[in-house]
Amino acid sequence: MLDLLQQLGRAALGLFQRLGRGNLFLLQTLASTPGILLRPGLVIRQLWSVGVLTLVIIVVSGLFVGMVMGLQGYNTLVDFGAEESLGVLVALSLVRELGPVVAALLFAGRAGSALTAEIGLMKATEQLSGMEMMAVDPVQRVIAPRFLAAFLSMPLLAAIFSAVGIFGGYLVGVGLLGVDDGAFWSQMQDKVDFHDDILNGVIKSIVFGFVVGWIAMFEGYDAVPTAEGVSQATTRTVVHSALVVLGLDFVLTALMFGD
Amino acid sequence: MNTRTVEIGVGLFVAVGIAALFMLAMQVSNLSTIGSSGGYRITATFENIGGLKVRSPVTVSGVRVGRVDVIDYDLHTFQAVVTMKIEDQYKGFPEDTSASIFTAGLLGEQYVALEPGGSMTSIEDGGRLQLTQSALVMEQIIGQFLYSMAADKKTDQPPDQKTEQQPDQQPGG
Repeated sequence: MLDLLQQLGRAALGLFQRLGRGNLFLLQTLASTPGILLRPGLVIRQLWSVGVLTLVIIVVSGLFVGMVMGLQGYNTLVDFGAEESLGVLVALSLVRELGPVVAALLFAGRAGSALTAEIGLMKATEQLSGMEMMAVDPVQRVIAPRFLAAFLSMPLLAAIFSAVGIFGGYLVGVGLLGVDDGAFWSQMQDKVDFHDDILNGVIKSIVFGFVVGWIAMFEGYDAVPTAEGVSQATTRTVVHSALVVLGLDFVLTALMFGD
Repeated sequence: MNTRTVEIGVGLFVAVGIAALFMLAMQVSNLSTIGSSGGYRITATFENIGGLKVRSPVTVSGVRVGRVDVIDYDLHTFQAVVTMKIEDQYKGFPEDTSASIFTAGLLGEQYVALEPGGSMTSIEDGGRLQLTQSALVMEQIIGQFLYSMAADKKTDQPPDQKTEQQPDQQPGG
């Protein structure tokens, strides 16, 4: 009985220790982020591996998500004779929800896991300690540019996802199923509000980029420096990012569209 | 990898991302239509506005000329006051223009339809439309229909007499 209690207590203490370390780590990263602006070359190289290389999966899945929504939405709306609203359906669901959320999930899978594995391996091979020996701050040299790159590329990726998805919905709806071209766009422009829908979607994706970047960096930096530890940390990055993104999405949606 | 390739790739990525945001703003949302913040306001009072909302369209002959700007309730006249914002290019409606609240389609959203009258003087910024027609509320229509059905039954007219009346009315009306 007491053993069980002790285990529970140890688990709880471990959880809070990790949370505390994560928050301190975030503060440290944020504090060293302004300094990295003096060396934009580091950020640009990370933007390449975090942003540009994620572009392919974002564009392809955005296109297919939009096309599937075009098909499914048409099949439902045609029963009510409202197939002209297909543009509204596709645009609103992409801009408000699917764009930021699916892009963040793909981003966590494609870029977040790579970042964690990279940093975890740097720690396992003692490159981070080596930097400290040379009086180079590893948080500033390694972590901050990657964090900044994740933070910057997420809104762009989400916007590209939404735009490509709407184009996919247009291809299927107008090109394949014969929805009227003008009605598709004009109803969309009528119903989609710049401030309420587009800006809120962008805010969501900024929050997701921040959170996914934070989780990926921290898991890598905090990984047990063994092969097994790095692999576990990579898994945790993907799982935790997905859970946090979906949970935060509900909270943000309730705050933005809840009234 | 070559630094130049990386920088070109990142530049392209950022440009495409910003272009996507721009496209969302201009092509998908209503930013291009609300960008012209000009326009003039006219108000109209209604007994019942039904499901009219702020930003509902205002149309003339089916052409959208503006949007509903503010919906308020006047405690002195006990009527709803709808302020509409009409775009500047559609200036000069006659003073006796009438406003009605209609529904687009069977289940569609409600909108304000303006119908220009014959007056020579045109309405000013902040002017008030005198002739209005309220929204039709489905429950009221159904209620009236049921009531008239019940009233018909109460008079106990034989059904054949009723069918005789109808051909008489049609040529006359």
